[in-house]
Parts: sequence; C-alpha cells; structure tokens
Amino acid sequence: MVMMNMVQSINLALREEMERDTSVVLLGEDVGVDGGVFRVTEGLLDRFGTERVIDTPLAEAGIAGVAIGMAMNGLRPVAEVQFMGFGYLTLNQMICHAARMRNRTRGRLTVPMVLRTPYGAGVKALEHHSESTEALFTQIPGLKVVVPSTPLEAKGLLTSSIRDPDPVIFLEPTRSYRMLKEEVPSGEYTVPLSQARVVQEGIDLTVIGWGAMIPQIQKALDSLAGKFSCEVLDLRTLSPLDSNAIIRSVKKTGRCVVVQEAPKSFGVGAEIAARINEKALLSLEAPVERVAAPDITIPLPKGEDYYYIGPERIKSAIERTMSF
Amino acid sequence: MLVDDFDPLKGKRLEILRKDGSVNKKLEPKIDDDILLKAYRTMVLTRVADEKAVKLQRQGRLGAYPPTKGQEASQIGPALAMGPNDWLVWAFRELGGLIYRGVPLWRLYLYWMGNEEGSSYPEGVHATPSVVPVGSQVPHAVGIAYAAKQRKEDTAVVCFFGDGGTSEGDFHEGLNFAGVMRTPNVFICQNNQWAISVPRERQTASKTIAQKAVAYGFPGIQVDGNDVLALYVATKEALERARKGEGPTLIESYTYRMGDHTTSDDATRYRLEKELLEWADRDPIARFRVYLTNRGLWGEEKEKALLEEVSATVEEEVKKAESFPRPTFEDCFRHTFATMPEDLREQMEALRRELPTGRE
Repeated sequence: MVMMNMVQSINLALREEMERDTSVVLLGEDVGVDGGVFRVTEGLLDRFGTERVIDTPLAEAGIAGVAIGMAMNGLRPVAEVQFMGFGYLTLNQMICHAARMRNRTRGRLTVPMVLRTPYGAGVKALEHHSESTEALFTQIPGLKVVVPSTPLEAKGLLTSSIRDPDPVIFLEPTRSYRMLKEEVPSGEYTVPLSQARVVQEGIDLTVIGWGAMIPQIQKALDSLAGKFSCEVLDLRTLSPLDSNAIIRSVKKTGRCVVVQEAPKSFGVGAEIAARINEKALLSLEAPVERVAAPDITIPLPKGEDYYYIGPERIKSAIERTMSF
Repeated sequence: MLVDDFDPLKGKRLEILRKDGSVNKKLEPKIDDDILLKAYRTMVLTRVADEKAVKLQRQGRLGAYPPTKGQEASQIGPALAMGPNDWLVWAFRELGGLIYRGVPLWRLYLYWMGNEEGSSYPEGVHATPSVVPVGSQVPHAVGIAYAAKQRKEDTAVVCFFGDGGTSEGDFHEGLNFAGVMRTPNVFICQNNQWAISVPRERQTASKTIAQKAVAYGFPGIQVDGNDVLALYVATKEALERARKGEGPTLIESYTYRMGDHTTSDDATRYRLEKELLEWADRDPIARFRVYLTNRGLWGEEKEKALLEEVSATVEEEVKKAESFPRPTFEDCFRHTFATMPEDLREQMEALRRELPTGRE
C-alpha cells in the first residue's frame, strides 16, 4: 500500500475505474491537459486519450446536460465542476433530468453519472469557492449525495459512486484534499453507499459529521483528552441517509451533537435531529445540538475564521450536551 | 450541398413542395411510393390524433396538451430521413415525429393523461421523454450523440426544440458543445413563430434562427417547415454529414402553430385571425395530398378510406390509453432509485397506512 492524499486517491479511483470499464469517461473544464484545477485528474488524459478525458467548453449546465445524455446512452460519465459555487448552474439539469429520468420513463432510461465537485470553506479562497450547499441536493429525490472524509474513504466511495446505477453528487472537501496522507490500496476497494462509518466507538455521546468536519471533530476530541467516551459517526452518504446507524448510536449514548459546515437552518443537521426525534426521543438525555455556520453569506478570507467551524465550538457543544 | 446553396445569411430558404402542391423538379427527392404514402398517412393520423387530444382535454379526459396542428411536415419530414437506430430527442410538440418513429400513440395519450408509463417506450425505439423545461433537452442530445460516436455506432441524434427554446442557455451550451465536439447531431428548430404570446421577433434580433449555426462553426439552413419534402431533404443531407463525422447541422423549420400553445392558452389574446388564415393557406397536409395526387398515388376514395381507418385507429388508441391501469401506489415510489432505500420504503408503508381507504 502507498501513502497518499485525497487528490491522489481520487485520481487512483478514476484511473482504475477507467481501466476496468471503457464506458467510464471524464468531462469538465481543464480536466485534460491541465489535470484539473486541483490536479485530481492529472495524467489521465495521457493514459486514456481525448475521447475519454474531455476538456469541455466553460459551461457547467452544458457539462451536466451532456453527461446526462452520455449516461442515457450507455456511458458512465464522471463530470467535474471546478467549485461547488459554480455547480448552481447545473441545478436545472440535475434536478429536472438526472434525478427523475428513471422515474419518468419507468426505468427505461437511467442516468448513471457522477458529478464531482470540491466543496467547503477554510481554504481562504475567492468568492463562490467555499460553498457547502449540500442540502440543495439532498432535498431532491433521485439524487445521491456522497461526501468522503479521508483519502481511503474517497477511493472506496468514488469507486462505488461510479458503479452506482443512479446519479451521484460527489462532494470533495477542498480543505482535506492535501491535509492528510494515509495508506490507500491499489486494486479493488469499494465502500458501500448509504452506510455510515463508526470512526470511533463510545458510550457517552454521539458526534455526527461528514467530509471536512471529521478532522475538526477529531481535534475537538483530542482537546477533551478522553474526558468523555464519544462515538463518532462519519455519515459518508448524506442521501439516502443511513438512519439506522444514527438511531443505533443515539439509542446507545443518549446524547448527540451534529456538526455541519453549512449554515444552520434547513440543513442536513436539522434532518438528523428530526430523525432522532422520530425514532430515539425516549433515549435522549439532552437536546440534540447542532454545531453549524451562522445563516450568513460566507465571509471573504479576512472574516472566514469567524464563520468556519473549528474544534473549539465542537468541544463546547459536547461539554454543554454532557452537562445538560 | 444544400447548405451552401441556401445560405440563411443571404436570405435563402429551401422550398421544394410549393403551397399549391406543385414541386421544384430540380430539388425533388426520390422517395419510394410506399414511404411517401406512409408519410402521408402519419401526417393525417397526427392531425386527427391531435384534434382528438384537444377534444379529450375539453371533456376532462386528458390533461393540458400542446396542439401540434400545422406542424406535421416539420416533424414527419425529418423522421422519414432518419435511420433505424437514430435517436429522437424532443421537446413537447412533436407528436407526428414520435408516431412515425414507432412510439405507440396510446402511450403518448397516456403521458398527457398523466401516467408516467406513457414515457416508457418499446425496446428499440430510441427516443427520450417529453421535456417541459424549455430547451433543456439540447445538451442531452449532444451527450447521446457523443456516446454513440465513442462506441463507433452508426447512430445520429435528431433534436427538436422551438423558437423560444433558442433563447435558453441550454440551447447555446448544447450547440456550442456539439460544434466543438463535432458530434453527430441534427438540431431542428420548429420555429412556429410564437412562444406562447411572444412573437419570433421578440425572441431574437437575428434575422433567422438558422444563421445562429454560423457562430457555432457548423452549417445552418432555413427550410419551409410546411414542406415535408424540404424537411426530408435537409435532414437527410445533415444526417449524412453527421454519419461521415462532419459534425452537426442546425435546421430551422419555418412553420406555424395553428392551435393554442397548450389547451390552457387562448391565442386570440395575442395574434390576429388574418395571420392564421394566411398560414392555413400553406397547410402541409393539403399540399402533400396534391403532390401525391399529381403522382397518381392518391385520390378521393383513398382519402375517404384513410380518414375512416385513421379515425378508427385513434379511437382504438384512446381506448387503450383509457383502459391502461392507473399507477399503483408502489409505482410512484419504485423508480426513484434502482434499489429502494430503506427509509423510503418506511415512508411508503407509513403513507399507505394513512391513506384514506380506497385511495390506493
């Protein structure tokens, strides 16, 4: 096994799936010659040629729409949108077509595509480069939303997403792209969709997060230095959500903190709290607490630290919930 | 090549079958008699089926419906030119083309009656479902064509949209991608002069829609949209170019919507009777009938028999659509994903218990 960061592990997953299945094609802005703005697709053009690694015109709706057509006619396109903030242009295509083609043709036409895009703040980027608006997609029946948290997870989840028969929005945490290296196997490695991962077991409290928030949660726990026995759940797939894993854990611990990078209101965190309310209310020793960004526009880099969730806020939420 | 001889920037428009049914001999295509007769039958069937759909809507037996009257040649001409494996990507006013390509009429009725089963076409019919968000099907046609090309299939993709659709970003992005990728696409704009109440001149300051192709780096041609022979010839040439790897073509089918935008619309609010009468005089079916008669293929008795046969067919298709079972409760959940997520199954069961008796 080789140590790699998430950029490298995603690249490996793409390369291996393209080798395994000739119907897998990549398309997006700068994915070819340039290897992508984050170099995620580096070397793939040389390996697979211009027919399968397509530098497209600069048009996100077109990328999504063309990928949908490809998927309807037997290809498995993996489309890249350079930043989630540019992905809003794909919404009409993803919501009106990708998400419902299977239903409206009663299964005759399907859209097995992946829309990859880096998401999230904490990297002092330009305007519109720090979005985490996953809830725009999780609200849509027919779309799957997957968020890896580590290099190994990214390889397994992306491989499963490419093989999935339904459209997947694959959100890559920009901040985690090069943050951590871990051992990633070459060859067959998949992580099933819609199955959360228990990062660590515990009995006092459940902390739920995904993507770039997982390292922040781990830092918070480090700073608590074993004061509480916390169970950490990495959701991996936000939709369809693994409710069972959440309910199982909360029934065991009786306390829950959800950490969501996105603005607080109407987000995935609220959905998790609602499900706990429906299925584990009587197990709760304290209200479910949400650690989330405020409902404001993400500040530009000078103000970003006010906005971005660090370990301190997670730590105090855990302490509040434990002392309720 | 036609696209060289009929440059839209020089104000040229391809016309072969004139409104009085006479024909430009120099441009007249050689089409087998049985194909001509099949085309004529489909045009008449489309007219009758369309009028029936409007009646059904008025009787509350079918939902909102976009009448296609006057645009039969515009849809069936291209369909004549298509190969068996070619795809038809359509908007929502292409009834004739779909019938000719083998989509059963009863399924199309079923769709407009509000049943998704109407968009589940038979195996081997390469067509996408109706697209309501205007113009958004254009990039799909490019992706479908790219996939066909990548697999070295001898398949081209014909994509329909309206004059209103050309104002949408998806039209621009789709045609731009197609030009760059040189995909085997034929884009057909059914310019029926009106996008609900907005006339063509308010849609674009371009003199023609065909000329927009110039900017995308491929040929465009304006064709008399009520002339089934002109549509056939232009599409055939475009498809040949597509199959040879010479890229896409934009065909502007200059036609007219004789009916309302949909059954919910009242076109008398925005357009004049005079215009309608002028276009009635250019009817695509009437002139084709004269052509067939002049070729000795048609006559009054045949016409009478055809109308009877077609009317009976339409009634049969309506019966099939109306007797098709409504979707089951499970049907509405089943096709959200390939495998139903556990939470969705739970929602389904919970809702089933809550539905008033008899709703299921």
